[in-house]
Amino acid sequence: MAVDIPDRLPPATSVGVLGWVRRNLLCPWYNALLSAATAFLIAKAAAPFWNWAVTNATITLDPAVAKRHTGAAWGFIREMWPVFMTGIYPAEERWRPLLALCAVLAVAGLTCVRRLRGAGWLRALWLTTPVLVFACIRGGGITGLPEVGTHYWGGLMLTLLLSVVAMVAAFPVSVLLALGRTSDMPVARPFCVAYIELVRGVPLITILFMASVVLPLFLPSDLDLDKVLRAMAGITMFFSAYLAENIRGGLQGLSRGQYEAADALGMGYWTKMRVVILPQALRIVIPPMVNNFIGILKDTSLVGIVGLVDLLQVAFATTSNPKWFGRLAEAYTFIAFWYWVLCYGLSGCSRYLERRIPSAGK
Amino acid sequence: MLGGFLWLAASMYRNTLENLRTRGIGSGFGFLRSEAGFRIGEVTGLPLPQGGFLYFLLSLAAGLLLSRLVARRLAPGRGGPLPGKGLAACLALSVGLPLLVLYAFRHSVEIVRYSESSSYLVALATGLANTFKVAALGCAGSTVLGLLVALGRLSPNWLLGTLCRWYVELNRNLPVLLQLFFWYFIVLRGLPGVAQSIDLGGWLVLNNRGLFLPALVPREGAWLFCGAVAAALCGVWVVLRRSRRMWEETGRPGRRALPGALLLLGLPALAWLAGGTPFSLDFPVLQGFNYKGGTGLTPEFTALVVGLTVYISAFNAEIIRAGIESVSRGQREAARALAMNERQVMRVVILPQAMRVIVPPLTSEYLAVVKNSSLAVGIGYPDFVSVGGTILNQSGQAVEIVGIWMGVFLCISLCISFCMNVYNARIALVER
Amino acid sequence: MRSVFITLAAAGILALSSLAQAGTLQDVRKNGFLKCGTHIENPGFSALDANGQRIGFDVDFCRAVAAAINVPEVKYTPLTSKERLPALQSGEIDLLSRTTTYTMSRDANMGLDFTNITLYDGQGLMVRKSSGITSARQLDGATVCLQTGSTTELNVADYFRRNGMNYTPVVFDKQPDVRAAYDAGRCDVHTTDVSGLAAQRSLMKNPEEHVILPELISKEPLGPVVRHGDNQWGDIVRWTVWLTMAAEEYGVTAENADKLFAESPDPEIQRMLGKTGTLWQDLGLDAGAPVRVLKLVGNYGQIFGRNLGPGTPVNLPRGYNEQWTKGGLIYAPPFR
Repeated sequence: MAVDIPDRLPPATSVGVLGWVRRNLLCPWYNALLSAATAFLIAKAAAPFWNWAVTNATITLDPAVAKRHTGAAWGFIREMWPVFMTGIYPAEERWRPLLALCAVLAVAGLTCVRRLRGAGWLRALWLTTPVLVFACIRGGGITGLPEVGTHYWGGLMLTLLLSVVAMVAAFPVSVLLALGRTSDMPVARPFCVAYIELVRGVPLITILFMASVVLPLFLPSDLDLDKVLRAMAGITMFFSAYLAENIRGGLQGLSRGQYEAADALGMGYWTKMRVVILPQALRIVIPPMVNNFIGILKDTSLVGIVGLVDLLQVAFATTSNPKWFGRLAEAYTFIAFWYWVLCYGLSGCSRYLERRIPSAGK
Repeated sequence: MLGGFLWLAASMYRNTLENLRTRGIGSGFGFLRSEAGFRIGEVTGLPLPQGGFLYFLLSLAAGLLLSRLVARRLAPGRGGPLPGKGLAACLALSVGLPLLVLYAFRHSVEIVRYSESSSYLVALATGLANTFKVAALGCAGSTVLGLLVALGRLSPNWLLGTLCRWYVELNRNLPVLLQLFFWYFIVLRGLPGVAQSIDLGGWLVLNNRGLFLPALVPREGAWLFCGAVAAALCGVWVVLRRSRRMWEETGRPGRRALPGALLLLGLPALAWLAGGTPFSLDFPVLQGFNYKGGTGLTPEFTALVVGLTVYISAFNAEIIRAGIESVSRGQREAARALAMNERQVMRVVILPQAMRVIVPPLTSEYLAVVKNSSLAVGIGYPDFVSVGGTILNQSGQAVEIVGIWMGVFLCISLCISFCMNVYNARIALVER
Repeated sequence: MRSVFITLAAAGILALSSLAQAGTLQDVRKNGFLKCGTHIENPGFSALDANGQRIGFDVDFCRAVAAAINVPEVKYTPLTSKERLPALQSGEIDLLSRTTTYTMSRDANMGLDFTNITLYDGQGLMVRKSSGITSARQLDGATVCLQTGSTTELNVADYFRRNGMNYTPVVFDKQPDVRAAYDAGRCDVHTTDVSGLAAQRSLMKNPEEHVILPELISKEPLGPVVRHGDNQWGDIVRWTVWLTMAAEEYGVTAENADKLFAESPDPEIQRMLGKTGTLWQDLGLDAGAPVRVLKLVGNYGQIFGRNLGPGTPVNLPRGYNEQWTKGGLIYAPPFR
């Protein structure tokens, strides 16, 4: 006779919240010690920050009131917000960068609509946006807007412009460099190898110094580029070498069969590259390329050293203002927040793409 | 295409020459010999490769070469252990000989310290030495910190794992210059002034001028003492080797602890007794504006090293974690099945395989440390780029200075890549 | 180089390149603007006012030269001290007016020409009041914060060497960094030209806690700089600056320039203002140039008073920068 033994539940200590805590934090004994030490560390670091940033903070626009509190004066950020965004861009023209940003966001939003993707007019829109953004922000010429020279550009706007231009401009250059390095052309190959290795071997800051100090000596005396453009050229030069190495990885990651099949179909070099090789190779290297873009975004902060006022340098400009003097901690926190959100967003994007793109056939 | 390149290069060259000529700018590297005239905040002594130092280098090279020849002669097959006599000869040649030479020429070793009347060349070399100091500490520190963070992320402890993950995410996504400014301008502000410095009886003084520790001042017996320490280290190595061989031959390790400890303590102690006190301590003392004496770490140096270490450690942690995770689970299980304990599993099975994955990306992070050390210019540490920038301004020789910058960094990068490639080749999978 | 080429081509398409010829004057006339290098931010010398316009002592001389040539616009290029000389050498700017010290090596070896001395300055030292220092001789062993890439660095080195004193420099690329480090207590001494030091003090957290020592440790004759080899251009800058100095001597101001041009019986003033003679035409300008300049920026005394004098944050006494007739060093050659 079968005796019906009731199912015994697992002990309360091994399921539910308690079980999780036990498994992940307390067992074995040294794990509990580790947890305690970590918790202590977190509390020790986070509590003062929380007190400073939230509990004792103020958001008033009046510096006198803010001074009476020991915490952060977020009113400084509130008041200086436009300066952080656009630097010394003239106040009455600030709607223009905003308009440009809206335009870019609108185009990006349209692209996200699946049905519209691939439409011819959308591509045309993508091609014209950079020109429109440039014309809108700089003004002058046929736009009829008052001209705002590049040395008025600053803040987050300059950081974004520098990195986006560098990303867009570095891409074709790096494709050419990667193709040159993997080809067997007599002069182009050694040249590409030398270029890539040279640029990867030196710090960005020396390239920026070169762009800002030496480059004008190399050019004919009648050609003259302004500082922002030269910084853009320097960053583009620098990152095209890194990007080229990524793309070369993609080119080498394709199986030989792809090359041979394309040859067998009687394709010429450029057709082969355009139709068969590059589409596949670029798809493999999208995640590392996005990582490179994060690098560009972070490294644009170096342009401050050659005298441009980007997001990071705005911290100094705004904190020398007698009204909000010396609020460096607030400024850095705010700037760090922006960089972090942008970079983390990009890396999230890279992870998403990594999951979505099937690795090309090896 | 070829023609295009050549034309471009030629026209750039022509432009430069023409620009330099029309603007009356002198060119060439002759300016490097003229007097610098400015002062550098942190001066590292440079051993001048002439006189005694040159003999030392020569003897070191000769010693290494000879000992290698001896080793080849005595143990022609690869990997075979050297017989005791050969080993002694090798050690004497590669360690003893250079030390003896250094001792013999100790009075003619020239250490150049930069001063205002030195040449631009010495100024640049001093900057380069400062860069090396930062880069070496940054590489070592970021590896150790990265390893700790990676182990933290791999630990089963949820809290620690999460903390380490956020450490990585935070540091990876913030520009290194921002981090340097943070360490320098925010942390520096938090430190007390000179008059209110934290002073632990002179053993450690901390204020907003930096961290001061007692310095070792070599005295008469220092040479003997250093020689004894070197000899003791060699002796310990021999002892360990012997013990290992005995383990392999008989399955029972030879004695290690006692002879090792005896050597390590006894030899230096003997030297101390024979040669007198080798070092005296120089304590930092508040004098006038600042603490004098002792060894000081300036805030600039500390901020740069800490900033670089923390920034790069986040990348290193990810690399090391990926490396360890890349070793398949089966390897670990197989090792356990062979009754290895956790330490052996890690040391004998996991790490050697993980290293193959870790080393190539770690190389580029080391390169990044060297290259990012050039950001010193932002926080006032006199590194190679910063000193070069000053010279650029004083002499106006922009093309030459930028050329020197690039050339030197390129050499450093190539050297590091070369070393790491050699190491990589040694640990790479050997197909048998 | 390929990327350089492509970037350059792109830049060219952006229509930011301009073609130019040998003579600076012709270039400026053709462009329609003067390219002038100034400070990024140095109160009293070059700063932005509430409307985003550049104002300051150095800026006024740029405007004066632009008025003399009769071009409507000045394009300012803000430069760090490291970039300023290469920027002029490379032709990025036509005129450098950025508190640049006249020294022999700069004149002789770097392809530059100094035109005038617009300000007789000297390097000063600022310390905390609480340190109790009253003289520069007490500074042995001090830590000094300073900006790199200028004569400042060499002067300090020379001064301490000359007096057998020791010091530790902490060197930054930009003045705000120097200020931040000194204000945070990193250094005992902040040093730069006296004119700049007063402005720096006004930007400290607690300006009244700092004191400028009485000694000047160097001579700092500051003035505009042009490229070597274009003599006509150098002459134009030189005589435009002298015009403002002479105008103060003869009592010509922005307000009465038109009136004196019409009515003054003094032959020197008539020649100076271009009513008689062909002095300005010989220089390649037109006879209306001097009155235009004076009406725009005023005479030297007015420029000084507006930007550096009492009532401004810099609050610099005239001192050596008084007219020679009043015991100063400001002395313009005759307009004859």
